[in-house]
Amino acid sequence: MRKIIKSLQVSFWFMFLTFPIMVIRVDTIEKTVQWRWLNLLYVGLASFFLSFIWRFLIKKKEEGSKKEESGEQTITIVQKIISTPKYNRPIYSFIFLFMLAFPWIVSTYQTNIMISALIYVMLGLGLNIVVGIAGLLDLGYVAFYAVGAYAYALLNYHYHLGFWTVLPIGGLLAAIFGILLGIPVLRLRGDYLAIVTLGFGEIIRLILENWNEFSFGPSGIANIPRPGFFGMKLGVEEATIYIYYLMILMTIITIFVVNRLQNSRLGRAWLALREDEVACEAMGIDRMKTKLAAFALGATWAGFAGVIFAAKTTFINPASFTFLESAIILSIVVLGGMGSIVGVILAAFLMILLPEYLRAFSEYRMLLFGAAMVLVMVFRPQGLIPSVRRKYVYELKER
Amino acid sequence: MDYFLELFFGGLTRGSIYALIALGYTMVYGIIELINFAHGEIYMIGAFTALIVAGVCSLLGLNLISILILAIIISMFYSAAYGYTVEKIAYKPLRNAPRLSPLISAIGMSIFLQNYVLLAQTSDFVPFPSLIPEFEFMEPVAHIMGSSELVIIVVTAIAMVILSLFIKFTKIGKAMRATAQDRKMALLCGVNVDRVISVTFIIGSALAALGGVLIASHIGQINFYIGFIAGIKAFTAAVLGGIGSIPGAVLGGLVLGWTESFATGYVSSDYEDVFAFCLLVIILIFRPAGILGRTNTQKV
Amino acid sequence: MAEAILEVRELCKDFGGLRALDHVDLEIYPEQIVALIGPNGAGKTTFFNCVTGIYEPTEGDIFVLDRKGKKRRINGYKPNKVTELGLARTFQNIRLFPNMTVLENVMIGRHTRTKSWIFGALFRDRRTKEEEKETIEVSYEILKKMRLEKFVNELASNLPYGAQRRLEIARALASEPSLLLLDEPAAGMNPQETKELEGLIEQIRDQEKIAILLIEHDMKLVMNISDVVYVMEYGRLLAKGTPQEIKEDERVIKAYLGEDHDA
Repeated sequence: MRKIIKSLQVSFWFMFLTFPIMVIRVDTIEKTVQWRWLNLLYVGLASFFLSFIWRFLIKKKEEGSKKEESGEQTITIVQKIISTPKYNRPIYSFIFLFMLAFPWIVSTYQTNIMISALIYVMLGLGLNIVVGIAGLLDLGYVAFYAVGAYAYALLNYHYHLGFWTVLPIGGLLAAIFGILLGIPVLRLRGDYLAIVTLGFGEIIRLILENWNEFSFGPSGIANIPRPGFFGMKLGVEEATIYIYYLMILMTIITIFVVNRLQNSRLGRAWLALREDEVACEAMGIDRMKTKLAAFALGATWAGFAGVIFAAKTTFINPASFTFLESAIILSIVVLGGMGSIVGVILAAFLMILLPEYLRAFSEYRMLLFGAAMVLVMVFRPQGLIPSVRRKYVYELKER
Repeated sequence: MDYFLELFFGGLTRGSIYALIALGYTMVYGIIELINFAHGEIYMIGAFTALIVAGVCSLLGLNLISILILAIIISMFYSAAYGYTVEKIAYKPLRNAPRLSPLISAIGMSIFLQNYVLLAQTSDFVPFPSLIPEFEFMEPVAHIMGSSELVIIVVTAIAMVILSLFIKFTKIGKAMRATAQDRKMALLCGVNVDRVISVTFIIGSALAALGGVLIASHIGQINFYIGFIAGIKAFTAAVLGGIGSIPGAVLGGLVLGWTESFATGYVSSDYEDVFAFCLLVIILIFRPAGILGRTNTQKV
Repeated sequence: MAEAILEVRELCKDFGGLRALDHVDLEIYPEQIVALIGPNGAGKTTFFNCVTGIYEPTEGDIFVLDRKGKKRRINGYKPNKVTELGLARTFQNIRLFPNMTVLENVMIGRHTRTKSWIFGALFRDRRTKEEEKETIEVSYEILKKMRLEKFVNELASNLPYGAQRRLEIARALASEPSLLLLDEPAAGMNPQETKELEGLIEQIRDQEKIAILLIEHDMKLVMNISDVVYVMEYGRLLAKGTPQEIKEDERVIKAYLGEDHDA
C-alpha cells in the first residue's frame, strides 16, 4: 500500500512537471493555444508504473553492492568466459565466421549499417586508449575523425591520391594533430582537459564549416571515390562488400594493436597514470611523454576511421562531426566498461545497431537513446563488461 | 566610439546571460565535481515554459509587464523543478560511481531532454514574443543600447547580489560553502548534504531559466537546440573564471561576452564560436585554474 | 670515505611567505641508514618532496651521485628524472595503484630500468619479449623478498594495510635505486609489524647494498637501525649525530618534551 502511495506521488509530480511542455502548445504566429490533455494521462500512467520498476532495480543494485563490499572482486560468468581461452575460442570463431558470411546473408543496406557499426568499434577502441586506459577525458575525439575524413576528401580532390595512399597519411595527420593539441593541454587536470578538448573539437568543426576556400563549407565534398580493388572500379554493391571486409580487417588489426598496447610497458604506464599521477612520476614515468603517446595513438585510429568513413559514404560535410558524435563514442567506451576491449565492441554494436533497428520508433529513437544512457549508468556504472586485470602466470620458476 | 559602446553593451548583455547559466555549472561543480551537461537543457526548458506562459497569458489579455513577471516566475519555478528531478534521477544514484559515469549520465539526460522538447513541442524555430517593453527614456541612446539590454543587465546584477547575499548569510548558504570545501567533513558536521545538493540544483536551474527568458525575449526566437551551444559557452565561462568560484563565473561570463562581441564586431562574425574556444584554450594554458581559480598544489 | 650519494647544501623552500625549509644540510653515504626525525610540521616531508623533485627548492643545492658515479646537481629536475638517477621513494599516505594487481604495481617500478615503447609494444620483438620476461621475474623476486608473493595477482587495494606499506617499498625497490627514501614506513603499524619492518629495512640495506633515508616517528625503530639521525624543527636542522648522541642531546629533548623539562 505504501508503495502505491509513493508511486502515486511520483506520478503526480511528473504530471505536474511535464504539464506545460506536454499539454500546452502555443502557436505564436496564429496566436492560438492547443491543449493536449491526453498526454497528461499518458505521463501519469507511465511514471506510475515505471516508478515501481525503478525502485525495484535500485533495491537490487544496493543489495548487489553490499555483496561486493563483503566479498572480493566479483567476476561474472561473462567475464570468466571471456578470459578463459577454453570457452572463448569457440565463441570468437563463431562470431568471426558469422561476420565473414554476413554480407552474403543480408542486403547491401544491412551491410552498410554493419560497416558503420564497425567504424564505431574502431573509434570506440581508439578512444578507449585515451579515456579507458590512460584516463584522459577527451570530449573532442571527433575532431581527429574529421581530420582523417577531410584528409582523404581533400587530398583526393586536389591531388587525386587514392584511398590506400591516404589511409596511412590520414592516420599520421590525426596523430600529428593529437600531439599538437596534446602539448599545450595535457598539463591540465581532468575536467579542464575535457572542456578544452571539447572546444578543440568544436573549433575544427567550425573552421570546416566557415572556411569555404579550404573545405567547401557546410555543403561539404561529394563524389569521393570508394577504394579501388587493384585498379578495378567496383559497383556500389561490390564496393560495399569490399569495404565491409576491409573494415573487418581493420577492426581485427585494431583489436590486436589495442590488446598488445594494453599488455605492454607503455600500457601499464597508462593504467598507472590513470590511477595516481604523483606516484607515477615518482616511479620514473614521464607524464607528458606517456600522455602524448596515448593521445597520438588514440587519434591515429580516429584518423583511419575517418578515411574509411569518407570512402564509404562518398560524401562528407561538417555536420557529421558534431559534439554528439564525440558523446556517442565516449558513451561506447564508458558503457562497455572502461579499458575493456570486449565491452567496447559490444557497446559499439548496441549503440549503433539498436537505434538502426528501432527505426519503427524512429521519432523516439534519440529520446530512448538518451534515456538508455542514463539508465545504464545508474544501474551499471562500471559498464556492461568491466575489464579484468590480467593475471600473470610464470610463478614458481625457481632460479 | 558609438560602435565601440554598442559592442561593449552587447557584450555585457551576452556576458550577463552566460554568467547566469555559468553559475549553475560552477555551483554544481563546486559541490559534486560534475559537469552537468543537462544544465543547458534546463535553460532551454525555461525558455519554452516562458513561451507557453506568455502564449496563454496573452490570450487572457494581460498586459506586457505582468506577462513578463509571470513568465519569469513560472519558468524559474518549473526549471528549478526540472533541475531537482534530473538530479534525483540521473546523478543521485551515482554518488559513489566512477568519475565518468555521472558525466555520461548527464550527456544522456541532455539528449533526452532535447528530444523530449522536440517531440512535445516542435523541431522548428519558434518566434518568441518580445516581453520587455521599450522604455521612452532609452530613446536617445537606443542605437547603443536597447531597452531589453538594459533590463537584462539590471536583472542579472540584482540576481547576482541576491545570490551572493544568500550564500553568505543564510544557513543553507553556509552549508553549501562547507559542502563545496569538503563534502565528507560537512556530512560529519551534520550538514544534510543531499539537501544541499538539491538546493544547489534548484538555484542553478532557476538562474538558468531567468537567463533563458531574458535572452529569448531579446533575440526573439527559440528552438529545442539552443541549450546545447549556450550550455557549452556558459561552461566555458565557468572554466574561464575558475570553476567552483561564483565571482569567477560572473567574470568569466563577462570576459567571454565581450570577447565574442568585439571579435565578431571588429574581425569576423563567421568565427564567433571559435573566438570563445580559442580564448578558453589560451587562458587555460597560461592560467590552468582559470582567472579567479586557486591553484591548489596537491598534497603528497 | 666514499663520496656521498646524496648531498644537500643550504636547502630552502618557501611557500608564499612561509619558510618551510631553512638552510638544511644533509648527506648520505652508501649503505647508510639515515633517519630524519622531528615533530609534525617540522618540514621532513617537504624535504623529501624537494629532493625527489615534486617541489622545486627556493635556494640551495641538491647533489646526487648518478649511476655512473658522477655528481649531479638535481635542483628543479622532474620526479621521473630523479628516479632515473637512482632515488626512489614511498609516500606517507600510501599511494599505490589501487586497481592494478600487486605484481603490476611492482612492474611499474621497473619502468626506468626498461626501454620498450610503442614499437616494442606493437611488434613484440625479441628484445621487448626478453625485457618483459625479465620485468616479471625481477618483480616477482622482489615480491618474494618483501614476503608478498602470496598476493601477486591480487588487486593492490585488497591488501591488508601492512602489506600495502611493504608493497610500496617493493615498488620503489624495483627501480634498483641507490638511495631509498621511506616516508613514515611504520605509520599505522602495530609493534609486531614494526619489528618486522625493522628487520626488513636492514635486510634491504644488506642485500641490495643501498642507502636508506627514512622519516619516522617511532623512536625505537629509528634508534635501533639508524647510523645517523638528523633532527628537524621549524624547518631548521636542530641536531645531527649517532642515535646515542641524539638521545643525549639537550636541544632535542627540549624540542620533544618542551622547554620546562630539566634534563
